[in-house]
Amino acid sequence: MAQVDRPLSPHIQVYRPQLTTVLSISNRATGIGLSIGTILLVYWLVAAATGPDAFERAQSFIGSWLGILLLLGWSFSLFWHLAMGIRHLAWDTGWGLDIETTYTTGWIAVGGAVVLTVIAWIAGFIIWAHT
Amino acid sequence: MASSSTNPAAARMRSPLGRALGLGSAKEGVEHWWMQRITSIALVPLSLWFVASVVALLGADYETFVAWIGSPVPAILMILLIIAAFYHSALGVRVVIEDYVHGEGWKTAALIVQNLIHFALGVAGVFAVMRVAFGG
Repeated sequence: MAQVDRPLSPHIQVYRPQLTTVLSISNRATGIGLSIGTILLVYWLVAAATGPDAFERAQSFIGSWLGILLLLGWSFSLFWHLAMGIRHLAWDTGWGLDIETTYTTGWIAVGGAVVLTVIAWIAGFIIWAHT
Repeated sequence: MASSSTNPAAARMRSPLGRALGLGSAKEGVEHWWMQRITSIALVPLSLWFVASVVALLGADYETFVAWIGSPVPAILMILLIIAAFYHSALGVRVVIEDYVHGEGWKTAALIVQNLIHFALGVAGVFAVMRVAFGG
């Protein structure tokens, strides 16, 4: 193979994953997940507009193990994408672009996403238990 | 024969307008980026409101849900959420397709399809909320 005397971008498969790169691609992945997840939101709303029977079917699907699994992934993706998005908005002001701060805000965003998801599900189970 | 782009004399003779034409818009280049930011700023409070509302409505029956989504503030916030979310989603999926779908034909087809799906789902969501709100 010919030697090239210029810096080459390391290939993704031999490049050690770092927090910054992993969070970058995870933001895109959760965004795609949320895009697909909006189908569930529209289905839920259209079911409510259709009538009690259709809404009941939608509710029982959401309450099934598959529905709860989707909702778990959907809520975690939402909080993840939200936390990463706020980090992006901070970067857009020119703040926090040095390596040290990107790591700090990265871990804060990860912690925030996990904590918000746990809080939402604990609140959900408490309300569910009271109905 | 040298083409006009490699001929220095010919390049000098081109007007500034002629050199700029065909290179893309000078006015709408940041439109995608800007709308992605505006929708994301809107979605910060809207998505938090949405999750809190869904959690509060867990186990609610049809009457409770319809009464909630049919009242003005939740209906307006839900419509704003749908518009912001689908706009944001359409912009995001567009970039994903541009990055990963190679071949101009497939890329163009995927971009058209994703735009149509986003628009159709957004309209369906807004219509559903309005139907409940106005007692269709």
